[in-house]
Amino acid sequence: MAKLESKIPPGPLADKWRKHKTDIKLVNPANKRKYEVIVIGAGLAGSSAAATLAELGYKVKSIVFHDSPRRAHSIAAQGGINAAKNYQNDGDSVYRLFYDTIKGGDYRAREANVHRLAEVSVNIIDQCVGQGVPFAREYGGLLANRSFGGAQVSRTFYARGQTGQQLLLGAYSALSRMVGQGAVELVTQHEMVDLVVVNGHAKGVITRDLVTGKLVRHSADAVILATGGYGNVFNLSTYARGSNTTAIWRAYKRGACMANPCYTQIHPTCIPVSGDYQSKLTLMSESLRNDGRIWVPKKKEDCKKDPNSIPEADRDYYLERIYPSFGNLAPRDVASRAAKRMCDEGRGVGETGLGVYLDFSDAIRRLGEAGVRERYGNLFDIYHEITNENAYKTPMRIYPAVHYTMGGLWVDYNLMSNVPGLFVLGEANFSDHGANRLGASALMQGLADGYFVVPYTIGDYLAQQKPNAKPSTELPEFAEAEASVAAMTKRLMSNQGSQPVNYYHKKLGKLMWDYCGMARTKEGLEKALIEIPKLREEFWANVNIPGSAENMNQALERAGRVADFIELGELMCRDALTREESCGGHFREEYQHPDGECKRDDEKFAHVAAWEYQGEGQTPLRNTEPLNYETVKMSVRSYK
Amino acid sequence: MNLVGSLFRSSIGRKFLMAVTGLVLVGFVTGHLVGNLQIFAHPDKINGYAHFLQSLGPALWAVRLGLLACVVIHVWAAVALALENKSARGPENYGVIKWLNAALASRYMKHTGVVILAFIVYHLAHFTVGAAQAGSFKTALAEHTMAGDFLLLGLPIVAKGQTVHDVYSMVYLGFANPVVSLFYIIAVALLSLHLLHGVDSMFQTFGLRNHSWVPFLRRVVSLLCLAYLVGNVAIPGAILTGMAKPAAGTTAAEKLAAVAVAAPSVVQR
Amino acid sequence: MVAETSTQLISVTLRVWRQAGAGQPGKFVEYKASNLSPNMSLLEMLDVVNDDLERTGEDPIAFAHDCREGICGTCSLMIDGKPHGPHKGVASCQTYMRSFADGATITIEPFRARPFPVIKDLITDRSAFDQIQQAGGFISVRTGACCDANAIPVPKGVADLAMDAAQCIGCGACVAACKNASAMLFVAAKVSHLGLLPQGQAERDRRVLAMVQTMDDAGFGNCTNQYECSAACPKLISHDFIARMNRDFIGATLRSAFQPVSNAAGGGAG
Ligand SMILES: Cc1cc2nc3c(=O)[nH]c(=O)nc-3n(C[C@H](O)[C@H](O)[C@H](O)COP(=O)(O)OP(=O)(O)OC[C@H]3O[C@@H](n4cnc5c(N)ncnc54)[C@H](O)[C@@H]3O)c2cc1C
Ligand code: HEM
Ligand code: HEM
Ligand code: SF4
Ligand code: F3S
Ligand code: FES
Repeated sequence: MAKLESKIPPGPLADKWRKHKTDIKLVNPANKRKYEVIVIGAGLAGSSAAATLAELGYKVKSIVFHDSPRRAHSIAAQGGINAAKNYQNDGDSVYRLFYDTIKGGDYRAREANVHRLAEVSVNIIDQCVGQGVPFAREYGGLLANRSFGGAQVSRTFYARGQTGQQLLLGAYSALSRMVGQGAVELVTQHEMVDLVVVNGHAKGVITRDLVTGKLVRHSADAVILATGGYGNVFNLSTYARGSNTTAIWRAYKRGACMANPCYTQIHPTCIPVSGDYQSKLTLMSESLRNDGRIWVPKKKEDCKKDPNSIPEADRDYYLERIYPSFGNLAPRDVASRAAKRMCDEGRGVGETGLGVYLDFSDAIRRLGEAGVRERYGNLFDIYHEITNENAYKTPMRIYPAVHYTMGGLWVDYNLMSNVPGLFVLGEANFSDHGANRLGASALMQGLADGYFVVPYTIGDYLAQQKPNAKPSTELPEFAEAEASVAAMTKRLMSNQGSQPVNYYHKKLGKLMWDYCGMARTKEGLEKALIEIPKLREEFWANVNIPGSAENMNQALERAGRVADFIELGELMCRDALTREESCGGHFREEYQHPDGECKRDDEKFAHVAAWEYQGEGQTPLRNTEPLNYETVKMSVRSYK
Repeated sequence: MNLVGSLFRSSIGRKFLMAVTGLVLVGFVTGHLVGNLQIFAHPDKINGYAHFLQSLGPALWAVRLGLLACVVIHVWAAVALALENKSARGPENYGVIKWLNAALASRYMKHTGVVILAFIVYHLAHFTVGAAQAGSFKTALAEHTMAGDFLLLGLPIVAKGQTVHDVYSMVYLGFANPVVSLFYIIAVALLSLHLLHGVDSMFQTFGLRNHSWVPFLRRVVSLLCLAYLVGNVAIPGAILTGMAKPAAGTTAAEKLAAVAVAAPSVVQR
Repeated sequence: MVAETSTQLISVTLRVWRQAGAGQPGKFVEYKASNLSPNMSLLEMLDVVNDDLERTGEDPIAFAHDCREGICGTCSLMIDGKPHGPHKGVASCQTYMRSFADGATITIEPFRARPFPVIKDLITDRSAFDQIQQAGGFISVRTGACCDANAIPVPKGVADLAMDAAQCIGCGACVAACKNASAMLFVAAKVSHLGLLPQGQAERDRRVLAMVQTMDDAGFGNCTNQYECSAACPKLISHDFIARMNRDFIGATLRSAFQPVSNAAGGGAG
């Protein structure tokens, strides 16, 4: 049974972090260079951590599978980043950001972590501006803000529609600076394929050089995983194609607990699937819902008709009908589920029947086409580019898509997993978002973890380790890890199957979407728990990987990732099955209020479920960490 | 890197040198054209002017060396950049090659440059050293006696009655040869093309070019180049076609008349 | 609907550069791809071709990609002689099959430049860009050492212009398009982004000198003001930034040559 000590510091909520920083052990500056830290991943979380640790004097090795750290998936975030700066003087505060995040997460996050996140949010903006991130400005030269879902204040900072890009380039520039100074060793195009645990502590990793195919051993005094989210378990998502679970999954198999894997965020406004060749779903900004009206035809037989020919009386503006006060602005999870219900009823539109209309004709009547163009022109352009349809003339078609995973490796207040020496940052950890993440909070969390949390908390661990004592890569633990990876590779390569990797990824994605997607049921999940192991068998028996493992082999890379996704998918279903309540992104149809809202069970499920690997073929162990709410009172979320 | 290193070894430094030397050369060719257009005036004009330039002595040499240095640097930089650019593509070139935006003139800078260089060599041999058409070189012709005073900026430079080299006749005799004239015409046309990109490009290199005034800049540069082209082509063109005839009483007038009588074709001595 | 929404399936012939590894000989290989939806992206079409190759045990075509929405800069295909394909202002991953005629032959090659050696097939090593960044593409500020964000006002126009430059996705199409394989547009975008902002002034001279030198050392070609780069850039970064960098570079060169040298740097007294 894993030991899950949250290590939340005692004392009043608002003082915990400050006090903790003064209490934890420090590494003497002269000794810092005697410690080496491996950072896997260079998204917002990884590059900010690697840069900061190097600035502090630690030796850092930054490893990414991308060809450049700048390409991490964080680059794709559009909307913005929250911070409790209260520059708008609209009553924002650290407490309010804290509260909104806790509530948005449907009371399934740790209070202390979230409060710390809100506290350091302020420093993040200062840091990024210092680095030259070109945030939007007002004419007076001061920073501009916009508002985002789930908040009543304007606290979101943004850089056009490319906030993630600009924040990442900021962190990347800090990282590049340290690489240039020789303080960080940058290892690109290497995929972490195993974690090496020596005497119960994480002391290294095995990577596969994606260019030469060689397996390489890396040892260190501590390992940080900042490898992002695993939403690609659904195959189709708004994630980059390369985003995967391999690093955290293999750490899980080495003993790190996987927390709340079933918490998945589904974003309501994405461009729908157009065919089975599809590889990616593109996010359309949520802001479109401010002026667009969502509807489906009342009659099934109208679904294939030209939408402009369907009279007003035959249209069902279902969000306005079901949620009269929030209407089209109902929160992400609510809006997503409603769209699914309409399509399940057979009233979905578009070729696949999986889509609803987002109609701007009222807005165009009200604001004129130019007015709409001014607000959303670039989004209409993206839409046109992808679908070849002109949304000024015909309603957009949208559908929900997987967008973020709140679950991840379990970490304590110091962001250390239950395997000592293994730290997990950013979307890869089970994070501060509980069961649902608010818009513009993931970027905040990634940078908070990397710039302002782990640089302190890792010292507490390292101070307890002997300096200059990183283990030799000749230890049997390294040899064993390398051999296990080599065996898996060999097994994949020697398979004389008949199906490409993508075939299995698509199948898995469909299973996950059908049974562990927006709405989940006991029967569905039980069915998935039968189907996924079957798929796993089939994959190992019948996947075909051409080429050799001794040089670049993208099919092999994908195969390793899909193999992990299949196992993770099974765990997600198990987690979803055992969490017999609905909360945030986890919606169990059995547990809903009469109005279709999530029905939490705080008695039984106000805890984190942290799964512990028990070996191949064994049912993993479900550990729990209770969530104690000292400051906020749990209440029901309602958006009517 | 120090200043010299930065200018002569870095990519932008060499580019800057090209632009600076290019600017000097543009200044020279413009002034030179204005001077040359005096060919259409009384022989006193160009002959007096040429005499004046020759009489500058050390100053003339300073200018000549300056120009030579500019040409050398300009050509050296062009060659160095071009060689590097060729190897920068790497071992393999594209299977399909397409141009997206570059103007014609900019694509052929190297080619036009080479012709200009060849022209300069020939031209010096022709009118400055006298190696090309020695028979009609100014030193082989009778001296010109000034019919009036030659003034520059109101200052008396060459007095009436003084004898000077007959550059006027040299030019007329030189361009009476169609091969020579044609080569001049081609060369100056290519030079104009060179400048069509070159002058615009200079602004970019100096960092003085941006979208807000590019349309204006391009129009001005095109007009200047056109004017330059017309002016330059006019000289060999007019002489060759007979639209401009040498003034009566000059060596050129006599010689050309003599040849016209002997044979209807044109001299090549 | 304004645009045609033809869903008629099309077929194309691909001429793809295949090269087993760095330094190995490569050649064009033809593949037929049929029954393609015009709404498929070019990369999805390659996925389908690859699935077929994998099924039959042939090595799939290696190509780089990640975000598939035009922001990560990973995808980098030379498509019929134009980086990122026929349209302006989009990356390879945003090129759709409807841009090609039924029956067309599409030639796909890697971006070519000496500093971008081919790793495999259509994938090149663009780490030279990272080295340029490491030489000076940053503002030296330690984490936590910054003043309040609003203490540095930045005029909106300046912030907007800096953002125009900062949009560069580091794809290398500018290098691929430039007949001289020059990286000027990329470097100019970086230099301008930081050089325009007040935060970036302290290191402005040092930055441009270091980044240009690293660019030159990497073996990129020299800019001859052809403006192919900006026409191929998926973010339509303007070559005005190149002009700006030229000026910055010369200014920095002259300043560093004619400024008095401090005692600390071996100049001064005596
Ligand atoms: C389309 C989209 C829009 C979004 N918009 C917003 C927004 O507006 N606001 C907001 O707050 N959030 C947004 N998000 C969420 C946010 O972008 C992500 O949660 C966040 O960027 C994750 O950052 P990260 O550092 O944890 O991981 P990532 O950025 O995903 O980085 C992962 C890193 O790990 C490396 N890596 C992974 N596995 C391995 C391995 N096995 N070996 C070696 N390296 C590995 C990768 O190379 C990469 O460097 C958006 C997400 C999407 C999909
Ligand atoms: C139709 C065009 C031209 C005519 C009629 C012309 C005529 C002349 C003449 C007559 C001289 C000799 C002057 C003297 O020695 O007294 C001369 C010299 C020279 N010309 Fe030209 N020229 C023409 C075009 C050009 C061009 C296009 C260039 C440059 C690219 C050029 C470059 C020079 C140079 C460098 C000299 C030598 C100056 C010196 O003595 O130092 N000329 N030209
Ligand atoms: C009278 C002679 C010449 C003049 C007035 C002249 C002028 C110029 C100018 C103004 C430029 C633009 C510089 C810039 O890009 O900023 C230029 C570029 C160039 N010149 Fe010349 N030039 C002359 C002769 C030559 C010769 C003799 C050669 C070569 C043999 C040459 C080759 C080039 C090339 C290749 C360029 C393009 C370089 C670039 O754009 O970076 N030029 N020239
Ligand atoms: S400048 Fe444009 S083309 Fe060049 S790397 Fe940046 S985005 Fe790509
Ligand atoms: S195309 Fe090349 S020549 Fe210069 S302006 Fe662009 S780098
Ligand atoms: S795949 Fe990211 S830009 Fe094309």
